[in-house]
Amino acid sequence: MTTLASARPVADGVTACTLRGHMRKRVAATSDFALDVDFQADPGFTILFGASGAGKTTVLDCIAGLISPDAGRVAIGDCVLFDASTHTQLPVEKRKVGYVFQDLALFPHLTIEENIEYGLSNLSLEKRTRRSAAILSAFRIAHLTGRRPNEISGGERQRVALARALVTDPVVLLLDEPLAALDAATKSRIIDDLRAWNDMHRIPILYVTHSREEVFALGEKVLVLDHGRILAQGTPHEVLSAPHQETVANLAGFENILDATVESLHPDRGTMTCLLYQIESGKPTELEMRPLKAAPKAAQQIAQPKLIPVETPLVRAEVGSSLRVGIRAGDILLAIVPPVGLSARNVIAGRLVSLQRRDVIVSAKVDCGVELEAHLTLAARDALRLEPGREVWLVIKTHSCHLMQS
Amino acid sequence: MSIDWQAFWLTLRLALVVSALLFVIGLPIAYWISFSRWRWKFLVEAIVALPIVLPPTVLGFYVLVALGPRSPVGRWWISLTGHTLAFTFSGLVIGSILYSLPFAVQPFAASFSGVDRKLISASATLGASPLRTFFRVTVPLSKPGLVTGAALTFAHTMGEFGVVLMVGGNIPGVTRTVSIEIFDQVQASNYAAANATALLLLVICFAMLAIVYGLNRRSWPVAALIHESR
Repeated sequence: MTTLASARPVADGVTACTLRGHMRKRVAATSDFALDVDFQADPGFTILFGASGAGKTTVLDCIAGLISPDAGRVAIGDCVLFDASTHTQLPVEKRKVGYVFQDLALFPHLTIEENIEYGLSNLSLEKRTRRSAAILSAFRIAHLTGRRPNEISGGERQRVALARALVTDPVVLLLDEPLAALDAATKSRIIDDLRAWNDMHRIPILYVTHSREEVFALGEKVLVLDHGRILAQGTPHEVLSAPHQETVANLAGFENILDATVESLHPDRGTMTCLLYQIESGKPTELEMRPLKAAPKAAQQIAQPKLIPVETPLVRAEVGSSLRVGIRAGDILLAIVPPVGLSARNVIAGRLVSLQRRDVIVSAKVDCGVELEAHLTLAARDALRLEPGREVWLVIKTHSCHLMQS
Repeated sequence: MSIDWQAFWLTLRLALVVSALLFVIGLPIAYWISFSRWRWKFLVEAIVALPIVLPPTVLGFYVLVALGPRSPVGRWWISLTGHTLAFTFSGLVIGSILYSLPFAVQPFAASFSGVDRKLISASATLGASPLRTFFRVTVPLSKPGLVTGAALTFAHTMGEFGVVLMVGGNIPGVTRTVSIEIFDQVQASNYAAANATALLLLVICFAMLAIVYGLNRRSWPVAALIHESR
């Protein structure tokens, strides 16, 4: 059996080791949560993306050996960390995994230098000092060596936690939301540090996050987790920009997700017309297509809710079937006069309900029969002199409408 | 004022020896209680807690029987040393270890359990074996609990009466501790001497507890300290 030592990548990156994990675990303690995943992580960044409670940390804990799966197999290259069928389980301290926990877990009673050198106790003093000095300067924390963790800032603590895990030269790196509590500037600097380290060492890095920005900044491969299962995997663009499932869309930040029925198909144009409607809680969900076609005006007076026709990309669906349509708020334009001569196929009249400033974005909610959210810049809001109650027109491109299964 | 300094010296020696021994014995037991996930662990915890609730005379009686000339342990000791274990200083030490066991184990276990589990996980992922993690992470972060356990054991042993009386008898210089001395003096209506002795013992025990509370950041009421073990 290949030992972990020989499974390490050689300096010039010749041998690279892939993490193959298949694990099932039932956690019946508080809720009935069952993890069931099967994936492969090649050297480089593999992002685990999902909401809280989806099981991302559980996956990391299984790989590190802190949790023992009920069934499955975890191996890095040829070295088996866990195999339920042969009852193989390598103890945590022998796995050579670098793990940066969500709350960092820096040893409060040790100095920064002692924290970093904690995992190097089996090296000679000379080697130990050399390695820790190298990583201290690489992460720009050499000036903090004598201090305690509670005496340094959050960003510095994050770098210390990373350095502590990386200095041991692990065969796989596990990062649990390492940038969660940092400001944008510090985040981007640490991301650069990580990328530089990744270029040099080429080991599988499993990075847990629920931030879309980090997925796009780092991700070579993304695994979307929900309720303990992998919903989707692929490149960040494949998974998040064109989601096929609503759960993924929710996570990916589609502000508008609405129900729709297919009204007509236009195969020659590559589009179809869908009728958007919004189901409010408590109101009936039944909607008859035929009476509406027969007596549209009367039906529109009686029937609630209002139907908004939009032209969307063509997908394989039958007329009358139900779908969900996702539209990003950032993809919707606002006009204060009825726009003409646009390439966009969807122009919807409505009334501005509210304007909410969120940092540098203004979120505008418009009632056009359904409630849609659009994002504007502060400059746009001021230039158009927008205020609630104003009549506006929403402009949505065909390809900004993403269709998902109901 | 006739304070029996011999009794004080004996009591002090007893408390020191018992504290030292209980530190060595109590640490592994506390470690096991704190980290084990055995479903019958609660039975062990109950046994450890017994000396708190049992009348000292009950405990003393069983220790006497266990160490007496008719028990295997007693007979082994007689073959080794030529005399019985009961009514000797060594017998007192054994009885006191059992009597003060929970006063060492429970603060130790409570402080071990109070160490952030994430730190222990982090230590393991950095390559430290469970034993190394214990000495490099758990023990340093448990100092208040260890000091408390040691101090409580010391103070508790200083004040022992029932067990000492049963197991040790009342042999001056060998098993006559301060608490028994006070009892004797009251029996003999020698109230002045009893007062002096009792006052001195009170002052010593108070000083010990003051040190414990002073060193601990958190103020644990002593009862909660004893009963706080998971």
